[in-house]
Amino acid sequence: MTFQQPEVDTSPPVSDEIRKTTCYMCACRCGINVHMKEGKVAYIEGNRDHPVNKGVLCAKGSAGIMQHNAPSRLRAPLKRVGPRRSGEFEEISWDEALDIAQGWLEPLRKDHPEKLAFFTGRDQSQSFTSFWAQNFGTCNYAAHGGFCSVNMATAGIYTMGGAFWEFGQPDWDHTKLFLLFGVAEDHDSNPIKMGIGKIKARGARVIGVNPIRTGYNAVADDWVGITPGSDGLFILSLVHVLMKAGKIDLDYLSRYTNAPVLVNQDKDSADFGLFLRDDHGAPLVINRKTGQLAPFDMHGVRPDLNGSFQMGDVTHVSVFRLMAERYLSDDYAPEAVAERCGIPAPRIRAIAAEIARVAFDEAFELDREWTDFRGETHKTMVGRPVSMHAMRGVSAHANGFQTCRALHVLQILLGTVEVPGGFRFKPPYPKPATAHPPPHCRVTPGKPLDGPHLGFVQGPEHLALLNDGSPARIDKAFTWENPMSSHGLMHMVVSNAHAGDPYKIDTLFLYMANMAWNSSMNTQGVMEMLTDTDENGEYVIPHLIYSDAYSSEMVAYADLILPDTTYLERHDCISLLDRPICEADGAADAIRWPVVEPDRDVRGFQSVLVDLANRMKLPGFTNEDGSAKYQDYADYIVNHQRKPGIGPLAGFRGDGTETGRGAPNPDQLDRYIENGGFFLKHIPEDASYYKPWNMAYQDWAVELGLFDAPQPYLFQLYVEPLRKFQLAAEGHGERQPPDHLRVRIQDTMTPLPIWYDTDQQGNAGFTVNALTQRPMAMYHSWGSQNAWLRQLHGHNPLYVPTKLMRDAGLEDGDWARVTSPHGEITVPVMEMAALNENTVWTWNAIGKRKGAWALTEDAPEATKGFLMNHLIHELLPPKGDGLRWANSDPVTGQAAWFDLKVKLEKAAPPKDLTQSQPETPPQASPVGLGPGTLTWKVGK
Amino acid sequence: MTDLPTETTRKMGLVIDLDTCVGCHACVISCKGWNTENYGAPLSDQDAYGADPSGTFLNRVHSYEVQPEACGTDPAHAAQLIHFPKSCLHCEDAPCVTVCPTGASYKRVEDGIVLVNESDCIGCGLCAWSCPYGARELDLAAGVMKKCTLCVDRIYNENLPEEDRVPACVRTCPAGARHFGDLGDPTSDVSQLVAERGGMDLMPEQGTKPVNKYLPPRPKDTLAAQGMEQGAGDIDLLAPLLAPVTEEAGGFLGWLDRALDKLPGGQS
Repeated sequence: MTFQQPEVDTSPPVSDEIRKTTCYMCACRCGINVHMKEGKVAYIEGNRDHPVNKGVLCAKGSAGIMQHNAPSRLRAPLKRVGPRRSGEFEEISWDEALDIAQGWLEPLRKDHPEKLAFFTGRDQSQSFTSFWAQNFGTCNYAAHGGFCSVNMATAGIYTMGGAFWEFGQPDWDHTKLFLLFGVAEDHDSNPIKMGIGKIKARGARVIGVNPIRTGYNAVADDWVGITPGSDGLFILSLVHVLMKAGKIDLDYLSRYTNAPVLVNQDKDSADFGLFLRDDHGAPLVINRKTGQLAPFDMHGVRPDLNGSFQMGDVTHVSVFRLMAERYLSDDYAPEAVAERCGIPAPRIRAIAAEIARVAFDEAFELDREWTDFRGETHKTMVGRPVSMHAMRGVSAHANGFQTCRALHVLQILLGTVEVPGGFRFKPPYPKPATAHPPPHCRVTPGKPLDGPHLGFVQGPEHLALLNDGSPARIDKAFTWENPMSSHGLMHMVVSNAHAGDPYKIDTLFLYMANMAWNSSMNTQGVMEMLTDTDENGEYVIPHLIYSDAYSSEMVAYADLILPDTTYLERHDCISLLDRPICEADGAADAIRWPVVEPDRDVRGFQSVLVDLANRMKLPGFTNEDGSAKYQDYADYIVNHQRKPGIGPLAGFRGDGTETGRGAPNPDQLDRYIENGGFFLKHIPEDASYYKPWNMAYQDWAVELGLFDAPQPYLFQLYVEPLRKFQLAAEGHGERQPPDHLRVRIQDTMTPLPIWYDTDQQGNAGFTVNALTQRPMAMYHSWGSQNAWLRQLHGHNPLYVPTKLMRDAGLEDGDWARVTSPHGEITVPVMEMAALNENTVWTWNAIGKRKGAWALTEDAPEATKGFLMNHLIHELLPPKGDGLRWANSDPVTGQAAWFDLKVKLEKAAPPKDLTQSQPETPPQASPVGLGPGTLTWKVGK
Repeated sequence: MTDLPTETTRKMGLVIDLDTCVGCHACVISCKGWNTENYGAPLSDQDAYGADPSGTFLNRVHSYEVQPEACGTDPAHAAQLIHFPKSCLHCEDAPCVTVCPTGASYKRVEDGIVLVNESDCIGCGLCAWSCPYGARELDLAAGVMKKCTLCVDRIYNENLPEEDRVPACVRTCPAGARHFGDLGDPTSDVSQLVAERGGMDLMPEQGTKPVNKYLPPRPKDTLAAQGMEQGAGDIDLLAPLLAPVTEEAGGFLGWLDRALDKLPGGQS
């Protein structure tokens, strides 16, 4: 039959209007084009002009329309009417809600500001929320970094003035070998996928080091299925092999690092292990040209890596000599570490050889002249095309800080940081630890805190301790238990507040943090702490205020709910004062703006904070005449000045033409919107690499307002502040650690990176490593209730390697009882071969509590879904010394999620099991249930 | 029965790179979003917040584990995970078209795109049954067959900027693993990519002559093989790269001095 081909309209109208804002489906902060039809959100795609995603968008981003319209959205302020945990609330007005909050907070501010603990979870407005907390006067503020990746951030900043992700990125345009350590399918989301695609298209190679071969590791050319927790040992073995073979960049080390800096070797001295300094405090080196002492930054100096100096009776030797002594030791030989790492020695050598080959045999030069901080002009920029990236996998262990340090030391030895083809910082980094403030904790009733809460300690003098030596902060951050806890310890807040240790609090105020579920260790225990009552029948934690946009598990535990908007209904700024969206080639920031108005009685959380600040007349929010400085968050974004001329947004300041520094511009948000929701200023070509030492970059950064004077610095292979804590533990100095911590501080706070096994006390019989990761399509997303995404990842079996399946007599679909020293879960299993043979894992945060997220109670997330969190305690098993030790890194306090050891055995046959254990009783849903069928189409 | 065109002017299709697909599902959801809002009936979801959510997708990513076998003296490499995106392959001999009893399914003469004219579709499902790739899905809400349109309402759309006239899945793919073009033109970028990388047909034995091609993953774990060879006694491979600078006790610092002297401006 003759077929008449139908006419198809191939040019239909796409939308009425495109509104460009910033995604918030994860922490990646891509630019998005929101296509509007009839005033409604019709379709979301990536913004091609945006520096983060350049047009692409991940599954979460495209599914934003389902998040924005989710049935689990809260609709109005809620006041608890049933007991905590029940989820029984009544809707109240904003006036009543704010009256209640003010009624709890204002008396605290007058008498005991520290009795407010304000922790903000996955907050992207930390420079604002911390400013609010500082003006309230409480010392108890932090966001979620402490249970996420503070090891990575802290190790990076102390070592090289920046870390991975928001701090820097591989030089995707030039790198030829990319090593990825411990990255799950997340952190950072689209840029890593784009980068891997780009370098593979060029024929460059990727090596993935991860116990699990999914995601990025699935496309890695070589996969190293390392034993969890042994990354530091593997890295130091690479260091050993490369140093022994002389495959290190001596010129780079002598110029740009503290490898030549002289270290006191007098074991009896209070300066043992500290740097030899001149009268101005500048670390000294031996000038190879003269053989004499010289400050490291003297013009014309040639710092000697092999330097030594005798001053009276005291010998000083270079950091590099100490490194040679340590890392050339056979303790780090591949043969010595192979078994512990689960990597054959020849393979370690093969990887080291490949690194050496690419770094040195494929070195190249860019024809760009630049001048360093010693006044020397270089005709070219030398490139070493080996780049690295790491994240939670290496960092969420109790040896994570030193492992991250080891990784940076490896990069620096190769001369691959801030050079073409290597790893590059993003503004406002590079920025050394010494350029950050120390933590502040001095509380004065009725007054602001004495400075920013979080920061970088330079020694025991900066610890957040009260005069009696007890912790100043509820989370015990910056104490001898974890001196360098630069992001705070959100995961310890509930348990410490419940125990009244170090003191009781009155109000716990949380934002976007699911502490009653997947964001806590020991979830069951935390739920009990939140509902526990004292002898008077009052809750042990008296008041709990929570802000969330969705009906999460945490909602059911709060007394007062301040409902937030979705990300398409709000103002936000992704600020250079905070965690910006910069690229290695430019400084950038961005906004969110209400592309649609809320159709519910909800308000952006930051505007609610402004309202509360105005009600309480907090100093930073109040003019001298008592009037409010800011009406709402948008007003704050435009008009707040952190320093004269410097505000939350760097673009379009003053008359709209000024960048970085300039008076507030009332049209600033409109200019951002016209520009696609972001602002980008490129770094000049001669300033684009060698930034910590490149005067063209230093001057550019000062002009932009990133800092006030050039601050070139050396990479700290040897971190002197760590040594200062060791000295205290050895008995030097006024501030002294408690005796029970002395040995641990000496053992773990070594100024050169080491590897140590994590505390295995209580792990006898538990031999299998257990890990979690988030799927790419849900990484960092706020709620996997999304109707489209839950069809991709609605189930989370425990993935078990082939050998362990056989050993336990398991088959796909069976259930296993998984036990740790702390708890037990019963969950469905599935075999996976591409996995370290002694490691099991699951997708995190798929499991949901019944009644949460507007899902039906028989949703797979609430039946077969489960959390590994039940197996992980915030404390280690008792050692019998009368003390309880935290399950965290002893340097930073980072939650050691991935130190978990378990055993597993087959549970009852599948027909008997339909529900993962433990099962939490349902919570009432304040928003009802979602609809059955969706036929989503805005433009009919 | 519906006839296929004897020949199409162009053969528009996708080239999917299995070496770089990280399995992120970005293409799946971008496709869902665009095609829910655009061509034909929306892609519906059933039991969207319930026990057994299922919806219509025109593109899905499947993941397969591959266990390489030992070969000769080469021991078995570690298992691999391959992410495999799958949508309609716009076959030249599309059985879904010839099986259609109403003429709703057809292959366009100008570009080879296989489409369903929803107003003629009776939802009988014969096409889904005949497709060896499982690339068609019956939308339960609309009762019509849905399939990849290669974003026929994007690729020629004059309301879109020229650079955006590509399928939604291609525009969004973060890893750049999806390529779009005319596979009938040997000089096109996609044809050259297929030639360079050994692009393959999916299940060629079915005789459907799919237009879409897959680029195979590159060989993996070659460093492991190198390491193993070395372990077997052949150390020459790596020796030049990792030979110790000195074997003498304490000789490292001596080497260091000599090496520092050799640096430009290093001699004291």
